Amino acid sequence: MFQNIGEMVLLFCRTLGALRTAFRHRQKIYDQLFEIGNASLLMACILSLFIGGVLALQAGSVLVERGLGNVIGGMVGVSMAKELGPVMMSILIAGRVGSAMAAEIGSMRAYQEIDALRTMNINPIHYLVLPRVIAIACALPLLVIFSVMVGWFGGALVSTYNQMINIGFQAYFNNLRQVVDIGDVLNGLIKSFAFALVIGVVSCHQGLHTIGGPRGIGRSVTKAVVNSIVLILILDYFLTRLLMSFDL
Amino acid sequence: MNGQQNSKDNSHSVSVEARHLSKSFSGVPVLKDLNFEVRRGEIFVIMGPSGSGKSVLLKHIIGLETPDKGEILIDGESIQTEGVMDKYRMAMVFQSGALLNSLSVGENVGLYLTEHQLKPPEEIRRIVAEKLELVGLKGLEERSPGELSGGMKKRAAIARALVIEPQLILYDEPTSELDPLMAVTIGEEILNLKNRTHVTSIVVSHDRDLAFGIADRIAIINEGKILFIGTVDEVKNHSDPLIKKFIHADLTQNKT
Repeated sequence: MFQNIGEMVLLFCRTLGALRTAFRHRQKIYDQLFEIGNASLLMACILSLFIGGVLALQAGSVLVERGLGNVIGGMVGVSMAKELGPVMMSILIAGRVGSAMAAEIGSMRAYQEIDALRTMNINPIHYLVLPRVIAIACALPLLVIFSVMVGWFGGALVSTYNQMINIGFQAYFNNLRQVVDIGDVLNGLIKSFAFALVIGVVSCHQGLHTIGGPRGIGRSVTKAVVNSIVLILILDYFLTRLLMSFDL
Repeated sequence: MNGQQNSKDNSHSVSVEARHLSKSFSGVPVLKDLNFEVRRGEIFVIMGPSGSGKSVLLKHIIGLETPDKGEILIDGESIQTEGVMDKYRMAMVFQSGALLNSLSVGENVGLYLTEHQLKPPEEIRRIVAEKLELVGLKGLEERSPGELSGGMKKRAAIARALVIEPQLILYDEPTSELDPLMAVTIGEEILNLKNRTHVTSIVVSHDRDLAFGIADRIAIINEGKILFIGTVDEVKNHSDPLIKKFIHADLTQNKT
């Protein structure tokens, strides 16, 4: 395990070192950005709508009973912005995009395409890892902003049309505006940026270290997704703690 | 591996020397104290049974594997020395072709020039078309590797190697999975290339017809050791029973 962590840290440092070549690889970065956005937007929309909805439903029914229905907007707003938006989207992207990255790089490794790159003096970190890590680090925070807004809207729909809650759009968004500030959204964005780096590095690392044929690729994909999710959840606690000390 | 090129004379080929080369994987020795020299501009064929360490040896020569002991010298310089691999233009044609499936055939062939930004795009397109024509794949630039047959993939891989204008070219089983006619075509390509550019070629193969048809010298390797190095005639007439068995293996003899 410690060897894996060491290799991932090394890969991350080498990717940072390769940043100076990012402009040269801009076309590959655009392609990856399109791939990530195009593949995930609809899923993100559905997921976020229902997360916002279920948050409003669970909390709303309890709060309304106690005469606190007017605070649902703020509660859903902060939960989505600071926690559920970044974490749920990152888990979705780890499953959807991280697995694809590990599978693609893993099959390139298994079928000697990476060896072929090396014989042409093309660094696989520059050619394969850098564009993917940059693309996911740009795309995930954008997807999180989108997800947070859709989640707020999902909460509003349930708060308005559910007979148990029924507080109305106006009251929901008034409370959301009062409670949620830019720091909450920034908190979510910082987290999602860190999670994106985790997904990119873990998935590329697993792909690059694939051993064997199709079975090896399958193992790499599973490890990429599981390790990404575990690291995201661990990092989430420590990042939350750190950001709290900055009043975020 | 193949340096900041084009500053060197294209006709300049290189010599390769292996000194006391040893390699083990998980404690199992694959190469055992190998010593041999490949002369400038010759076609050196390495033959041997499956699992004898031929492909691993090739990977050591191009720097994809690091030896446990010993060294590889290119023109007398150890490839482990910083900057030596960048000094020489080397290319390898993999057994599977190893074309990048995410790119078209043309993009694959021009990849080296594109990634190192060595030529403007129009010039790269011209060179790619020229090299593809040379290997009989004219006009297939836009095809994806998945649409090519095994032989076409290998020829596209040779075209990709040619773009580098190599001083040393390594072929890993260039005729495996090919029909006899295509195997002859690939063999002719290897010979033509040597005659045209005087490139040093190292070919790993099981194919006796190919080896006898193109080799200047043949090395027979078994269980990680070199049994013999000699010309085609010397190998054919060698008295060692293991070499004789490998060179003259014939199913029809067993039937009678």
